[in-house]
Amino acid sequence: MALFGVFIVVPMLGALALSFFRWNGLGTPHWAGGANWIEFAHDPLARQALTVTAKVVVFSWVVQTPISMALGLFTAGSQRYRSVYAALYVLPLLLSTAGIALMWEALLDPNFGGLTALSRSLNLGFLRQNWLGNPSITLYVIIGLIAWQFIPFHALLYQMGRRQIPGVLYEAARLDGASPAQLFWRVTLPQLRYTIVTSSTLIIVGSLTYFDIVYIMTNGGPGYTTRMLSLDMYQAAFQQNEFGYASVLAVVLGVVGVGIAFGLVRFSGFGSMASQQEGVA
Amino acid sequence: MTGTATSRPVRSGSQPARGTAPPPRRRLRASPGRVVAFVLATAWLVVVIAPIYYMVLASFRSQGTYLTANPWLPRGGLTLSEYGTVFGAGLGRYLVNSVILTVVCIVLTLSFCLGAAYRIVRRTGRAAGAAFRILLLGLAIPIQAIIVPLYLLVYKLHLYDTLFALMLTMTAAAIPISVLVMVSFVRDIPRELIGAMLVDGGTEWTVFRHLIVPLSKPVLATLAIYDGLNVWNNFILPLVLTQSNSVAVLPLGLTKLEGQYAINVPAVMAAVLLSVLPLVVLFVVMRKQVMRSLGSVVMR
Repeated sequence: MALFGVFIVVPMLGALALSFFRWNGLGTPHWAGGANWIEFAHDPLARQALTVTAKVVVFSWVVQTPISMALGLFTAGSQRYRSVYAALYVLPLLLSTAGIALMWEALLDPNFGGLTALSRSLNLGFLRQNWLGNPSITLYVIIGLIAWQFIPFHALLYQMGRRQIPGVLYEAARLDGASPAQLFWRVTLPQLRYTIVTSSTLIIVGSLTYFDIVYIMTNGGPGYTTRMLSLDMYQAAFQQNEFGYASVLAVVLGVVGVGIAFGLVRFSGFGSMASQQEGVA
Repeated sequence: MTGTATSRPVRSGSQPARGTAPPPRRRLRASPGRVVAFVLATAWLVVVIAPIYYMVLASFRSQGTYLTANPWLPRGGLTLSEYGTVFGAGLGRYLVNSVILTVVCIVLTLSFCLGAAYRIVRRTGRAAGAAFRILLLGLAIPIQAIIVPLYLLVYKLHLYDTLFALMLTMTAAAIPISVLVMVSFVRDIPRELIGAMLVDGGTEWTVFRHLIVPLSKPVLATLAIYDGLNVWNNFILPLVLTQSNSVAVLPLGLTKLEGQYAINVPAVMAAVLLSVLPLVVLFVVMRKQVMRSLGSVVMR
């Protein structure tokens, strides 16, 4: 408890307090009042970071949710080969983000990368792009890589969610003559609502604070096109030593993250452990 | 315009009636839907496997053949030499650091969480409730949001650039979700069992030691895998809280190696594969358990 208090709760309050100071990390902090916050409101870079972050959040959800759900429903099926597929699908989860980033850097290298080699042998010109250096596509490449990394996890959630749906529901619906499409819309989807909320919350909060791949692969570039809020904060703090201003960004991240998490949970009536149990029973 | 709008509900309402026509299908028949599912699933399998295959193949190249041979075909000189290169460059050290860190974090987290969960469940007082609520808040706070003060705190405690700092902070970060999972498990242990042991002269400690701990073994295993994976792969905490090569853990070490060997792709790929090897072994040995752990922790 003490450990948690010292290393999680104290920094939480610390971030808020620091956001009112101007401090380079060495001397004494100077009281700055709302100056950092005003700077934040007028900073075009911060606005850019907010836009990029919002894009990553929205596209991540839009890309990851349907694919994860489809894969989860697929792997929940009873055929033998599907469980083999399921086991292979999990592989990206074992790789660290750093590993994933380095692997894709090698693949996407415009001169010697795997995709360029593929485009040469198959004569597919579109595979030869400056994937990480073209301002108009790099952000989408990053969003795709985040999806590559996290879809396996969310597919696993949907697989478990699907397996928890009692078979009788399907039997009954089939006896009533429901088509496969109706089974999906009227039985599967409503029964998966808790899974959808859990998975969506994790996707949204996770991509809101996403840092690793962007830091390793593009460091915000080309230009500022992939500079997410968390990267903005990291650079403000650890490269420009603007700890006060970085704390403003941190507080924004924390408040938005917590707000979205609680908002989704509240909105979906997914308040406590007890209510989840009731929903299942 | 209004005509089509009003006709729509009627049509959808009539659908169940139309749906009675086809007889219930036998399962496992190769219906068009199943074929499409198979094709799409196989396409995703290619998306998952192809990059990993590429990485494995590239790691068996030498720096020269990587640039000349077709990187997708297992032909034209394969070698293990770059694996030797990365061990010479300090990968062994990073590996040892990662193992130490992960083991310590798992032990600390699990022993703390089991105790805390038992207290939270047994004591219905206000303090326990408040503690629980703060933990829930901790669950929602992303680590990125507190990384700046965390860094300053670790610096002031003279723990900067030590493995010890990573042990403490990563354990703290793992605590909210782990306690939550433990609480929901311990809560389901029948009160009568605990009551019976207390009546028979047991103390809270003997109940904990001889009832709660043995019963909790499956949950502890689940949490160990989940927390262990997170610690093993965490990147931002080592990035911010450490600096020297001697305390670098694998994810950070990989990026350091990439800095050293930017043009030697086979060496970097070999390093990535070596870093994931322990997890692959774990996965092969206990696949079912690993897959269940990953999902069940957040599904609770």
